[in-house]
Amino acid sequence: MVHENPLHQFTIQRLIPIHIGGVDASFTNAALVMTLAVVLITSFVMLTTRRAALVPGRWQSVTEMLYEFVADMVDTNAGHGAQPYLPFVFTLFTFILLGNLLGMIPYSYTFTGQIIVTFALAITVFIGVTIIGIVKHGFGFLRLFVPHGVPPVLLILLVPIELLSYVIRPFTLSIRLFANMLAGHTMLAIFAGFVVALGIAGILPLAVDVALVLLELLVAVLQAYVFAILTCLYLADALHLH
Amino acid sequence: MPQLDIATFPPQLIWLAITFIVLYLLMAKLGLPRIARALEARRERIDGDLEKAQQMKAEAEAVIAAYERALAEARQQAQQTLKETTDRLNAEAAERQRKVAETLHAETGAAERRIAQAKTAALGNLREVAAEVARAAAARLTGAEIDAGRAAAAVDAVMRERS
Repeated sequence: MVHENPLHQFTIQRLIPIHIGGVDASFTNAALVMTLAVVLITSFVMLTTRRAALVPGRWQSVTEMLYEFVADMVDTNAGHGAQPYLPFVFTLFTFILLGNLLGMIPYSYTFTGQIIVTFALAITVFIGVTIIGIVKHGFGFLRLFVPHGVPPVLLILLVPIELLSYVIRPFTLSIRLFANMLAGHTMLAIFAGFVVALGIAGILPLAVDVALVLLELLVAVLQAYVFAILTCLYLADALHLH
Repeated sequence: MPQLDIATFPPQLIWLAITFIVLYLLMAKLGLPRIARALEARRERIDGDLEKAQQMKAEAEAVIAAYERALAEARQQAQQTLKETTDRLNAEAAERQRKVAETLHAETGAAERRIAQAKTAALGNLREVAAEVARAAAARLTGAEIDAGRAAAAVDAVMRERS
């Protein structure tokens, strides 16, 4: 399978066309990988903790470490009172992580390389965090946009800046993940195209691709972590207002 | 760019929502509570063991303290007994010594008195004999019969002079 266009890999294919009331709800290749991610995460968590031993085995330890990693992230970044949101952050982290990692499998599909997917996740975080802030602080939530210890004159300048930096959060959050995935996979595809085109000299782009795969695995983990930790920081803002 | 094909947005969003919500519910209701329970059980077990160890340590310390107290008491009692015995023995020895000294003193006094008596008696006899000798000597030398009283007086005077 050689694609002329390195972006071809991101094409959505409708595997099972479904239309409900004129809305396209087809089961696509992206949906397949999403479902696979859910199945893998759930079965891993459930199977490794099936017999929750007092002294954990190897696999149970992995699950517990993952849990404590996320719990620690929520505790240290979102601070006191953020524990109820641990399941959401855990789901977000593992879902994006699996999305990124499954995308590294050849002929698989990278749903985190879809701007609509990352944006949907980011806007969910943004709206959720804003609602939490308003419910917790009411109108006091607006204090988030007023920096402490600043001369009132400067506030005329700073409040719009704070407001703007708050509003662009869903965009930066979603574009960071999307762009990382897009760039990495496009690079992989471009160099893979050279491998075939250059014949015997194709060994060079192949070596580059091997190195890129390792880099992309790192990026896959790192970007899932960044997404989750930024969610925690936004949560901290909503809960504690700086 | 396939990512900007708006026609693909609805199926992606629908399946994203389905899978994400399903995963959230599975984790929130089943997976995470199970992990949390295992961690909690372990933490409780460890805390319980630590507490038990603490308790046992306290007990051991109490036993050691009691043992040391008993030891100190025994030592003190031994010292007391030793002191009492020493005192008693010292007192007895002093008493015996005092009695012996008294007896010796009394005997010495009696002996001295006897010696004094013997001496007086001896001196008395000596005076009579001396007076007799003096009279006999005077009669032999001068032929004069010396009165016994005078001879005695003369002897007395000489003895007083010499003694």
